Amino acid sequence: MIDIAGVTKKYGTVAVVDDVDLLIPAGGITSIIGANGAGKSTLISMVSRLLTTETGTITVDGHDIAATRSGELARRLAILRQENHLAARLTVRDLVAFGRYPHSRGRLTTVDREHIDRAMDYLDLGDFTDRYLDELSGGQRQRAFVAMVLCQDTDYVLLDEPLNNLDMRHAVAMMRILRRAADELGKTVVMVVHDINFASTYSDHIVAMKDGRVVHQGPPSVVIHAEPLRDIFGIDVTVHEIDGHRIGVYYS
Amino acid sequence: MQAVTSDPHADPDIPHDDARRRPLLQGGAALPLAVTGVLMLATLSLFVGVSDVTPLSLLRADADPQALQIFLLSRVPRTVSIVLAGAAMAICGLVMQMLVRNRFVEPSTIGTTEAAGLGLLAVTILAPGMPLFGKMLVAAVFALASTLVFVRILRGLPLRSIVLVPLVGLMLSGVIASISTYVAFDFDLLQTLSAWMTGDFSGVIAGRYELIWSVAALTVAIYIAGDRFTVAGLGEEFTTNLGLNYRRTVALGLFLVSIVTAVVVVVVGALPFLGLVVPNIVSLVMGDNLRQSLPWVAVVGAAFVLVCDVVGRVIRFPYEIPIGVVVGVVGAALFLALLLRKSARVG
Repeated sequence: MIDIAGVTKKYGTVAVVDDVDLLIPAGGITSIIGANGAGKSTLISMVSRLLTTETGTITVDGHDIAATRSGELARRLAILRQENHLAARLTVRDLVAFGRYPHSRGRLTTVDREHIDRAMDYLDLGDFTDRYLDELSGGQRQRAFVAMVLCQDTDYVLLDEPLNNLDMRHAVAMMRILRRAADELGKTVVMVVHDINFASTYSDHIVAMKDGRVVHQGPPSVVIHAEPLRDIFGIDVTVHEIDGHRIGVYYS
Repeated sequence: MQAVTSDPHADPDIPHDDARRRPLLQGGAALPLAVTGVLMLATLSLFVGVSDVTPLSLLRADADPQALQIFLLSRVPRTVSIVLAGAAMAICGLVMQMLVRNRFVEPSTIGTTEAAGLGLLAVTILAPGMPLFGKMLVAAVFALASTLVFVRILRGLPLRSIVLVPLVGLMLSGVIASISTYVAFDFDLLQTLSAWMTGDFSGVIAGRYELIWSVAALTVAIYIAGDRFTVAGLGEEFTTNLGLNYRRTVALGLFLVSIVTAVVVVVVGALPFLGLVVPNIVSLVMGDNLRQSLPWVAVVGAAFVLVCDVVGRVIRFPYEIPIGVVVGVVGAALFLALLLRKSARVG
């Protein structure tokens, strides 16, 4: 469980995250939705200690992230941000292998190699093992990055807009992989998503943010309704029940 | 019929150059072969020069004592310095590129080398009697300070474009170089300064080259920390995610690079472009996993300088063209070729 208590982050005088209290349950997929600038990425960055908090505390399974050593946290929680410009020219396998760094400190054991193979299999990267990342398409590269954070073998996997730059096919494939990771590997996946319908279809839990605060939360059956969505995004969304999923239509 | 489909190269998704790339990486024999090549080049370098020193003249029973002396006092130090300086500066280039996350930087294009020169100038004016080791330390402090300034400026840049980073470096090194020139002019040391800033192995003799051995130890340190620098090359967020302290990793890298640069400037002088060209060539062939690529960068760097040095010594024989000039010309040409190739690929 991730326990966020009274957390604030200010840039200048503007509070991007404003006194947030939030419990993210262990297991399943939690999606964070909200308009641009609502503080989603900032919140997820603070949970993963990429940003420091100004006030409040964040604990992951009881470990206060401000007091826990970074190397220790790296074995409990993995984060993948959206922009990943690499200077290092690495092969897919090299990159995935770096996911083992918190465990092996660069000296790979047999167990590490098994993890690497499994993660590569999981994201179906077998054909790309020795390809360099700069030779791959955006979708393939994103899969390699996700394989790396899965290879890190943490209970918590945090993803900041993992569907960014993916076409429909790759976006669906990515969400299925994350769903499987939650169901089969027992990971707790926390992700920032822009597409409310992906959030609705694949999440167990949705957290909606607006102006730095959590304004709604609950399962899709509670959050994906016209009223809360208008409140969150400021536009009218008609919600239909299609094939057992709540789908919002907001194009007109 | 069935045999055709079992051809591993039949899969169109797997590019054929992969098949060529792997044997080079895994062949195991490639690196020892390359090291042997460098040793042969080094041997050649030992016996090129104005005085007639041949393997035979050293080994004969009535060996010419003067030949032996030249060999031990001049040739061996020279070749050792070439190999160590070449390998180390190439490695420094790669580490800088990882730490700054830009392929177009190296110590001589971001002011580190110029700052080491300025430090040397300061010691020469203020404490001319200081031993070589002390001069090196002062040069290292200057080099480190300027590298930190560079990184600091980069941190403040709102937009970190691939072109802007090397440009900032060139401007910083230009500013430092002009300060050096002004001070040197004032103290009538322009020629001395120019000698430092142009790598030259002809002045490398026993008694004032031994410091270069420290570069070997520093290079080993860089190799041991190689994984960390690769991780740093993935960016601050990746580094933090993997549980490493990004700032500390970068600081360690900058520290090592600055000292190596200072030692090389003090003993040999600047070797421009080496740190740009060699890592980029190696990276094209085998990527940037430093654990694997650092030995190659070292070997190619040493070979590159050995060849340039021999060329510089024979092209106007019996006169010698300073190595810095040869490395600069050959390196600039190679770099231009790389740049055009790269932009052709990207565009």
